Amino acid sequence: MTGIKSFGAYIPYRRLSRQLISAAWGTAGGRGERAVAAIDEDSITMAVAASIDCLKGIDPKVIDAVFFASTTAPYTERLNANIVADALDCRRDARNTDFANCLRAGTSALLSAMDAVKAGSLKNVLVAIADMRMAGAGGEDEQILGDGAAAFLVGDDDTIAEIEGSYTFSDDMVDYWRLEGDRFIRSWEDRFGRDAGYLVTPVETVKSLFDKLHLTARDITKACVYGINTRTHAALARAMGFSPEQVQDPLLEKVGNTGAALAPMILVSALEEAKPGDRFLLVDWGNGCDAVVLRATEAISKLGQRRGIKGHLKIRGELDNYNKYLRWREMVALAPLSRPAGGAVSMAAEWRERRLGLPLYGVKCLKCGTVQLYMKTSSMRAHVCLECQAKDTFEPYRFADRKGRVVSFSHDYLGGGIDPPATRTVIDFEGGGRGLFDMVDRDPAECKVGMEVEMTFRKVRAAPGSNVYFWKCKPVRD
Amino acid sequence: MPGSIKDRVAVAGMGCSKFGERWDASLDDLIVEAAYEAFEDAGIEPKDIQAAWLGTTTGSTGMTLSEPLRLQYIPITRVENACATASDAFRNACYAVAAGIYDIVLALGVDKFKDSGISGLGDGSIPGPGHGMMAGAAGPPPAQFAMLATTYFHRYGLTYEEGKHMIARVSWKSHVNGARHKKAHFQREVDMDTILNAPIIAWPLGLFDCCGVSDGAAAAIITTPTIAKSLRRGKEPPMFVKALQIAMAPNDGNFNTKFDYTHVEATVRAAQAAYKEAGITNPREQISMAEVHDCFSITEAVTMEDLDFSARGKVQRDIEDGFFDLDGKLPVQPDGGLKCFGHPIGASGIRMLYEMYNQLQGRADRMLIPGKPSRQIKNPTLGLTHNLGGAPAGCAIFVGIVGLEGV
Repeated sequence: MTGIKSFGAYIPYRRLSRQLISAAWGTAGGRGERAVAAIDEDSITMAVAASIDCLKGIDPKVIDAVFFASTTAPYTERLNANIVADALDCRRDARNTDFANCLRAGTSALLSAMDAVKAGSLKNVLVAIADMRMAGAGGEDEQILGDGAAAFLVGDDDTIAEIEGSYTFSDDMVDYWRLEGDRFIRSWEDRFGRDAGYLVTPVETVKSLFDKLHLTARDITKACVYGINTRTHAALARAMGFSPEQVQDPLLEKVGNTGAALAPMILVSALEEAKPGDRFLLVDWGNGCDAVVLRATEAISKLGQRRGIKGHLKIRGELDNYNKYLRWREMVALAPLSRPAGGAVSMAAEWRERRLGLPLYGVKCLKCGTVQLYMKTSSMRAHVCLECQAKDTFEPYRFADRKGRVVSFSHDYLGGGIDPPATRTVIDFEGGGRGLFDMVDRDPAECKVGMEVEMTFRKVRAAPGSNVYFWKCKPVRD
Repeated sequence: MPGSIKDRVAVAGMGCSKFGERWDASLDDLIVEAAYEAFEDAGIEPKDIQAAWLGTTTGSTGMTLSEPLRLQYIPITRVENACATASDAFRNACYAVAAGIYDIVLALGVDKFKDSGISGLGDGSIPGPGHGMMAGAAGPPPAQFAMLATTYFHRYGLTYEEGKHMIARVSWKSHVNGARHKKAHFQREVDMDTILNAPIIAWPLGLFDCCGVSDGAAAAIITTPTIAKSLRRGKEPPMFVKALQIAMAPNDGNFNTKFDYTHVEATVRAAQAAYKEAGITNPREQISMAEVHDCFSITEAVTMEDLDFSARGKVQRDIEDGFFDLDGKLPVQPDGGLKCFGHPIGASGIRMLYEMYNQLQGRADRMLIPGKPSRQIKNPTLGLTHNLGGAPAGCAIFVGIVGLEGV
């Protein structure tokens, strides 16, 4: 039966205390913390991170389509899902698609994937959902929002949770919105969205779904419900007839409202604890409501360990400086760099190298067996073996999924761009091969020769008019 | 079997501009300043030059040289090999004379950076694929060379404090030497505490671990031993070329796990070839003095081992003991080196030879800042120069040996 075969999630390493935000503006209060994507992260990189978590132990070549969902897709013209798919090393004949513009983009993608699988046109669909909405500095929403991602592999064999049914109400309620060119979310009076929308439509949707499936609230193990804020979230769950134990924590205190990724992330955290037979209700809100019922199968106990939500909540470092947040989000006019930023990316060169660069491929010499990266600024194509000098006798060898150990590093305060220092790092990969990468999500003081690192897909240096993606490394923290 | 350049050509005249932030001078001005000093020193006219080799990273074509000097229709080759640029121009000029094609040639290196508007070298990257920005992730030079220090300290068990002190001592010495030279970029002595506590540029390297970026030019008149001796009759002797070696790394240090990040293999290879060419068996004893590529303090430290001046892993003692000081057994950077004399990339190799030339001729003090102690090394016979063009993981290395006739 159609359902979810695997899941994963991602929460950015840095968390900003809400009290720190309040203190910066001289106001009282602020509870918990919010996740803040680093300066080199965006919805694409977070979607890749969650997908890597989801695909642990799964060959990316089985994926027939990547559905990328976000309200903050970096490109408005260029298929964002292709970048995610290339980073993950998916097949060229994958039917990739972006889902956008609505806070329910994630559940829309998930339901579309289920439909495509049910119809038999696609066998395995990766749904990658990420969001990092922005609110103006100093306002309430700045504290409420957070950044994060979730991913699901949808198929009809070896499913760990089967879909039992779904129901949708579309409703052009404009409680939050952005127009083309808006950086920050706009909202109407909060009581309007709450009393005429959020506390009403989802209750109707869930009731319709329960009627359709002949279920009641008592049949649900955990309700995974989108939440605008903690108080209204609790009120909605109550209105749907759930006892507090039945309600999955909405992550608002520790992560923040992650937009289109929030309800999917809540579902991931519920699936992490699931036992065979458990039944889950997923409720997503935004210009209408999606409600989905899923039921865990026997296979869920066999799914390997994922970092998911639980793991990522523990992989956490404080962002101890609100100004740094402003700098990361380009919320302040900064002093000019002491040295001009590097040149633009060449789209022609980027396209030529995309099958090597984005999935991080090197080669293995078929003559002497040496694995090696070739990373010249203009090419990643090795022709002559660095060990035995044999010409063009290689097989492809992927490095992105391999851990490494630090050989040497330096903290670069001079050329570190707008967020110095940059930690330049040489790493030797498990199984052979060496590469030079920036290290991120680290405290300079913890960097040591010999420390273990893993690869992470990030933006490298903003180039005028385009985003440039490649790999960096970060400390292994679990 | 490769031949040897030993004693087949000689330098009959040299010149060097004042190095520094030459807000007053254009590339042309620097060329003229160095070239005419060399012409006058050799006692020749520009029209006597039969061919020329120009080293520069910022100019283009040989006309960069022919235009300001108004050289008339002679062959000029423009050479670029990063920080080994000037030395490679010199090397090719020597070969042309040794081959018997020309009698008198000019090798000149020049660069003018201080019109760029930035400190340091920046990164003049051209559009490439996205990964290229990470392939350049070593960042500007300080971060790339800082990794030598990180790994050197780790491998040889130096604490951070011990390692920092060792490299600070390198820069301290260069400031002592540079502070005596009229043409040096930085002419101020700096105490150890200031060096140790300077702001970090690329950890663990601080401000004084990094050389400056300068404007400057240097020139050499190369000719046959016979002509050189006749040109310099009644004056100081010519300088004889003993060895000229270049080793080009395959640029795989960031991809090959065998590269240990505590030494630069290309320097070892070039040095061994140069010692063989010059017939040197014990460089620590036989070489009188050296000018090496101290783009960063750690580079000089590691180079001392790569040149076999110090045993592997043991340079700390030699540095702290003053072995490489001006009054030590093997003075290194007698003119202040890249650190204090300055580093206009395309000129540095010939600037180093200029210092060897003046020391060998016993007239180092003609550039002495009045009131400072003598900078003349006692009775030098052989000098070594070394350039590292690129980064530790991949570089063009030049090692040259020059000396008095018959040594």
